[in-house]
Amino acid sequence: MLSPYLILFFLFIAMPVFIAIGLSFTYFNTVQTPKFINIQNYITLLTRDDVFMQKVLPNTIKYALIVGPGGYILSFILAWLLAQLTRVPRTIFALIIYSPSLTSGVTMAVVWSVLFNGDQNGYLNSLLMRMNLIEKPIQWLQSPDYLMTIMIIISLWSSMGVGFLAMLAGILNISDELYEAAYIDGIRNRVQEIIYITIPSMKPQMLFGAVMSLVNTFNSSGIGVALTGSNPTPQYAGQLITNHIEDFGFIRYEMGYAAAVSTVLLLIIYLASKVAWKLFRDD
Amino acid sequence: MARFTTGTNPRHFHRSQIKFYVILTPISLFMILPIIFIISHALKPLDELFLYPPRFFVRKPSLDNFIELFAATKSSAIPLSRYLLNSIVSTALVIFFTIWVSVFAGYVLSKKDFNGKNLIFSLNNLALMFVPTAVTIPRYLIIDKVGLIDNMLVNVLPIVAMPVGVFLVKQFIDQIPNAMIDAAWIDGANDFQIVKNVIIPMVKPALSTVGILAFQMAWNSTEASTLYLNNDNLKTFAFYMTTLTSSTGNTVAGQGMAAAASLILFIPNLVLFIIMQSRVMNTMAYSGIK
Repeated sequence: MLSPYLILFFLFIAMPVFIAIGLSFTYFNTVQTPKFINIQNYITLLTRDDVFMQKVLPNTIKYALIVGPGGYILSFILAWLLAQLTRVPRTIFALIIYSPSLTSGVTMAVVWSVLFNGDQNGYLNSLLMRMNLIEKPIQWLQSPDYLMTIMIIISLWSSMGVGFLAMLAGILNISDELYEAAYIDGIRNRVQEIIYITIPSMKPQMLFGAVMSLVNTFNSSGIGVALTGSNPTPQYAGQLITNHIEDFGFIRYEMGYAAAVSTVLLLIIYLASKVAWKLFRDD
Repeated sequence: MARFTTGTNPRHFHRSQIKFYVILTPISLFMILPIIFIISHALKPLDELFLYPPRFFVRKPSLDNFIELFAATKSSAIPLSRYLLNSIVSTALVIFFTIWVSVFAGYVLSKKDFNGKNLIFSLNNLALMFVPTAVTIPRYLIIDKVGLIDNMLVNVLPIVAMPVGVFLVKQFIDQIPNAMIDAAWIDGANDFQIVKNVIIPMVKPALSTVGILAFQMAWNSTEASTLYLNNDNLKTFAFYMTTLTSSTGNTVAGQGMAAAASLILFIPNLVLFIIMQSRVMNTMAYSGIK
């Protein structure tokens, strides 16, 4: 009964990971058989890939650090605020806040690219020009100065996903007695209440939320390419590791090298999840 | 509640809750703005789409964009309905199989004892963090090897194994007392009958959550169409939408059609979630990792 799941799991989730690790030690152009070249790809990655070191890696770190923890903290705060309301308004607000993650960020790129359109017909440009804040339209999406910020805003906007729902449910399921006991023990303000009661009582949901926010961060990273319509993004301004992988794998057909980059990405995600696990496991 | 006038999960409205409304209202407005925008934009007639200065809300709503969208695809080799049909069929299959596969896996992982059970569950937990884009290339190679390139099933099979789904269902089944399952055994039920008659009715909330997540993943997915399908007849609606925006770009006719298409893509997500939301919230309370 477990076998259908196991077969699909190994075929499409576990095996790709092993193959990626294997391929990362080869030169592979999709036509000829992979040629074993030891750790050459990793050496190239570390020493010769300037784009990776100077643009992609800093971009990814910046993006992940803001969108990951940022989205996570935001979803906890929003969930907590919602929990202070009565049932009906809470449900309505929760629906609204969850609704952006119902669509994938990439499909929403249509809407965002209209809002941030680079000519005077763009909504943001038009608004700023009417308020006399700018004189001529800004190329929001093609300009390296703004692209990253816009990507971060959109990703945060769509980051209230499953983790947010779990946290909301977690907060609502803490029993009243716990709070009562805390008031008797002398908890004086809301911050104390949250730190000593709310968060410790919902550690499992907090961990689940952390993991989900991590996944969301890396899954939403196609947004830069979707917004600008090109890979690489203009001057690599919004280039993230996943875009770099697609660039080498599917545009330049250097699969071995792309696999090495994938392995590095998997390692980063694994380490990040270890940190999340350490922080929130109660033992 | 001793100290604070507003506690968690209050039963009645109290003045002290107003401050939370004050904070939440602008945030929700920001969250819902793009959603309102897709709806409003999709209904804009051509002259309003390119009005200067641009207007956020539609003045004279019309269905021109939808009509144009259907008309435009009629002249091309593949009608829009074909993409929609592909999306609907593959999404339905994904939902069905994901639920089926997850409930069996959850049952076995929760109620059976065997070697390697813990290993499988911890592998599954590790795979919660799986990012498909990181291993696009090996996935492509595997799909090529098993002969799924240009096969309708490639829209379905690669996303059926959903670690989050198995995880949530297993946590739910853990709550069902073993005595119930033993009782069913004694009455002569086999594993399939137990799952069908005992487990599934009891874990319905978790299954609707899995269904919603599977729906979102399948309905919005463009990966299979972009990478594994060369035959346009098999590609999905979400993929078609991305081609609308990239190939027609900012051209006059393209924008209205793209807006209409993104609305068609978005609405089912919203409707389904609204219908299922109470069950989903219920499931999430059990999402703890134990």
